[in-house]
Amino acid sequence: MKHTLSVLVENKPGVLTRVAGLFARRGYNIDSLAVGMTENPAISRMTIVVDGDEYVIQQVTKQLDKLIDVIQVLDITSEQYVERELILIRVNASPSVRGEIMQIVDIFRARIVDIGKDSLIIEATGDLGKINAIESSMKPFGIMEVVRTGKVAMVRGPKNDNE
Amino acid sequence: MTVQTLKTEVIGNGIGGITKEKVEIEKERMRGADMVVRALEDEGVQVVFGFPGGAVLPLYDALYDSKKLKHVLTRHEQGAVHAADGYARTSGKVGVCIATSGPGATNMVTGLTNAYMDSVPVVAITGQVPLSSIGKDSFQEADITGITLPITKYNFLVKSVEEIVPTIQKAFYIAKTGRPGPVLIDLPKDLTLCEAEYNHNGNFDIPGYRLPEMSGNGVLVKVVDLISQAEKPVICAGGGILKSGSEKELLALAEQLDIPVAVTLMGKSAFPENHRLFLGMVGMHGTAYANYAVSECDLLVGIGMRFADRVTGNVSNFASNGKIVHIDIDPAEIDKNVITDLHVVGDARAVLSRILELAGQKHLPAWNGKIAAWKEEHPLNYENKGEGLKPQFVVEKINEITGGKAFITTEVGQHQMWASHYYKSVVPRSFVTSGGLGTMGFGLPAALGVQIANPEAVVFDIAGDGSIQMNIQELCTAVQYQLPVNVAILNNRYLGMVRQWQELFHDSRYSQTDISCQPDFVALAKAYGCDALRVDNEEDVLPALEQAIASPKPFVIDFWVEREENVFPMVPAGGSINKMIRG
Repeated sequence: MKHTLSVLVENKPGVLTRVAGLFARRGYNIDSLAVGMTENPAISRMTIVVDGDEYVIQQVTKQLDKLIDVIQVLDITSEQYVERELILIRVNASPSVRGEIMQIVDIFRARIVDIGKDSLIIEATGDLGKINAIESSMKPFGIMEVVRTGKVAMVRGPKNDNE
Repeated sequence: MTVQTLKTEVIGNGIGGITKEKVEIEKERMRGADMVVRALEDEGVQVVFGFPGGAVLPLYDALYDSKKLKHVLTRHEQGAVHAADGYARTSGKVGVCIATSGPGATNMVTGLTNAYMDSVPVVAITGQVPLSSIGKDSFQEADITGITLPITKYNFLVKSVEEIVPTIQKAFYIAKTGRPGPVLIDLPKDLTLCEAEYNHNGNFDIPGYRLPEMSGNGVLVKVVDLISQAEKPVICAGGGILKSGSEKELLALAEQLDIPVAVTLMGKSAFPENHRLFLGMVGMHGTAYANYAVSECDLLVGIGMRFADRVTGNVSNFASNGKIVHIDIDPAEIDKNVITDLHVVGDARAVLSRILELAGQKHLPAWNGKIAAWKEEHPLNYENKGEGLKPQFVVEKINEITGGKAFITTEVGQHQMWASHYYKSVVPRSFVTSGGLGTMGFGLPAALGVQIANPEAVVFDIAGDGSIQMNIQELCTAVQYQLPVNVAILNNRYLGMVRQWQELFHDSRYSQTDISCQPDFVALAKAYGCDALRVDNEEDVLPALEQAIASPKPFVIDFWVEREENVFPMVPAGGSINKMIRG
C-alpha cells in the first residue's frame, strides 16, 4: 500500500542525499519525493510517497527518524489531508486537434502555458487521480514529454506539527 | 596565538543605587588548528591516534605544542581508527583519531564501519583540501563525508572557522549519547589556518537529534508479568549491557529470578562466565546448551542486542516456542530482524533497574535442571589426542594463566571463535572483538588502544596467521610507545574459517586458503623490536605465556597449531540454531 510521509528536515546540504541514500541502502522504494523550504527557512519539508507493507513502512519511519537531520516524521496516510501534484505535459497539437485539447484542458481546469508550431504545453495541478486522468486523456494526441513534481501534502484543519 | 582581553564595563541600575562592576572576558584568538586541539582538550580527550599528511599539517603543528594531548602515531590510518575503537570500548570514553585528506581518510573507512556496526563512540577528524579546491578533483581530495555517509552515526564538513568548535562539541555529544557510534569531522585545510575567537561552551543545537524516551511504566509492568509467568525463560544479553554499564543489574536480575543468561559475541564479558546461570554464546557458534535453551524457552528477553543473523540463524525457527521481549535503546532495532511480542525502548541500565524494582523472586529448578543436563551432555569441548598442538588448548592456557582477568582482543576467524569459547571473561568490557563487521586486522591495533586505556592490564591479541598480517605494521607502534601487548598467533597456515567452510560446504576444495607461504613471524616481530617465540607443543605453552606476560616489551608468540582443526558447534548459515554440526 502507498503511504504518504510528511518529513521535516534541516534545510542544509547533504540532507536529501542522506534520505535518498537511506532508501537505496535498505531497499525501500520511493514513488515520489518532493522537497521545499517551509515557513521557517532553516527547515524543509519532504513529502515522500513510499510503497510497502506495514513492516516496510514502520522500518522506513523509524530509520528516517533516526537520521540526525530529520526533525519529524509523520505518516499522514490515514489523516484528512490535501494533496497536490503539478504536471507539465507537452502534447502533439496540430491545428486540427487544438480545439479538442482546449476543451479537455477546460474540463480539468488546467491551463495551456505555451504554444508551439505543432505542440502545446499544458499545466495542471491536482491530486493523483486528476493528474493521472489528464495525462491519460492526452495520450491519444501523442504525449512528447511529461514533467511531474511529485506529490506535496498538507493535513487539513489547524497546524499539527506536534501531533 | 594572540590573547585579547576585553574589559567591559557594565553599569547596572540596581534598586539600592547604582552598582558598577567590571567584567573581564578573555577572548582568545587562535588558528582553527589550535581550536581543534583546545576543543579536544576541553572535551577531556587525553589521547588521539593518527597519521599526519598535507591537509592536516596545521593541525599537527598545533598538536606539537599540546601538553595535554598525547598523540599516538600508528603506521596506517586503519590502525588509528581501530586503536581509537579499542580505547573507547575499554575506557568508556570517546576514541579520537586523525587522518589526512584523500587516502588518509579512505583508509579509515573500514575502521569507521567497524565502529558503526559495533556501536562504538569514535570521533574521526580528517583533513580536507581547502574549501576553494573542493569539487575540483584536487590532489588528495576525496569526498569522505559522501563516502562515510552510511557508515557513520553522523558526519560534518566544516565550512567556516567559526563552526569548528561547535562542530567538535556536537560530534562528541552525538558519538557518546544514545546508541553510540562513530562521527567524522571533515576539516578543510584553509580553515585550520584562519584565526577566530575560541569559544567552547555547551551551547549547541541539534534539532533532529533527540535521545529516545524510555518506554512508560505500563510496558515494564507487562514485561515483569511475562517474566514472572514464564517457566522456561532465557535472557540474551548483548553489547548494550556493557555500553550502558548495566552488568551488575543484569547479574542481579538473573539471580533474583533464577534466569539463565546467554550472550551474543558483543555481549561477552557482560555476565561472569563462571556463574551457574551462564549459558555461553548463542547462535552460529553458540554452545549447544545455549542454542537448545533459546530454542525451547517460553520467554526470551533480549537486552541491548539486535537479533543479528549470526545470533538467530533461521529467523522463523528462532525462539519459536516462546514469546520474545526486546529491550534496546535504538527504536529502529525493534521488530527489525525479529518480530517481538513486547518491547521496551530505553537505556539497558535504566530499564533493568526499573524491572528489578518491580520483579519478585523466583526459582526455576526444573528449567535450570534441564539446562544443567544439557551442559553435562553437550559440553563445549574438543578432542585432544595429543598428536599436535590444539588451538583451543592455547586459549585455555591463556585463560588459566590470566584467570580470565586479562583484556582480550581478537582478529576475525576461527581463532576469534575459539577465544570466545575457551577464554572465560570475568571482567566487564574485557573482550574486544569485531562483531558486526568481522574485520580481519582489528585485534592488534585495537590492543594498542586497550593497553593505553588500561596501562596496568595484561592485554592479549588472540590472532590468526591470516588476520595478523592485515595490520602487522602496528607492532612498530607498540614498540615505539612501549606498549607491552601480547600477540598469540594461532598459526595453522590457513585462512582457517574460510577453509572450514570449504571443507564443510565445498567438498574440501581449498580455494586460495592455504597460506603456508608466510613470513617467519618470530623473525618479523623481532625485526620490529618485539620479543618473540615459536611454540609447537603443549609443554612450552605455559612457559611462553609466562615469559610474554612478564616481558615489558610487546611480545609475539607464534603458536603452530593443528592445521585442520574446526570450530564446533556450528550452525550452517541460515539454519536453525538447534541444528548444529557437532564435529
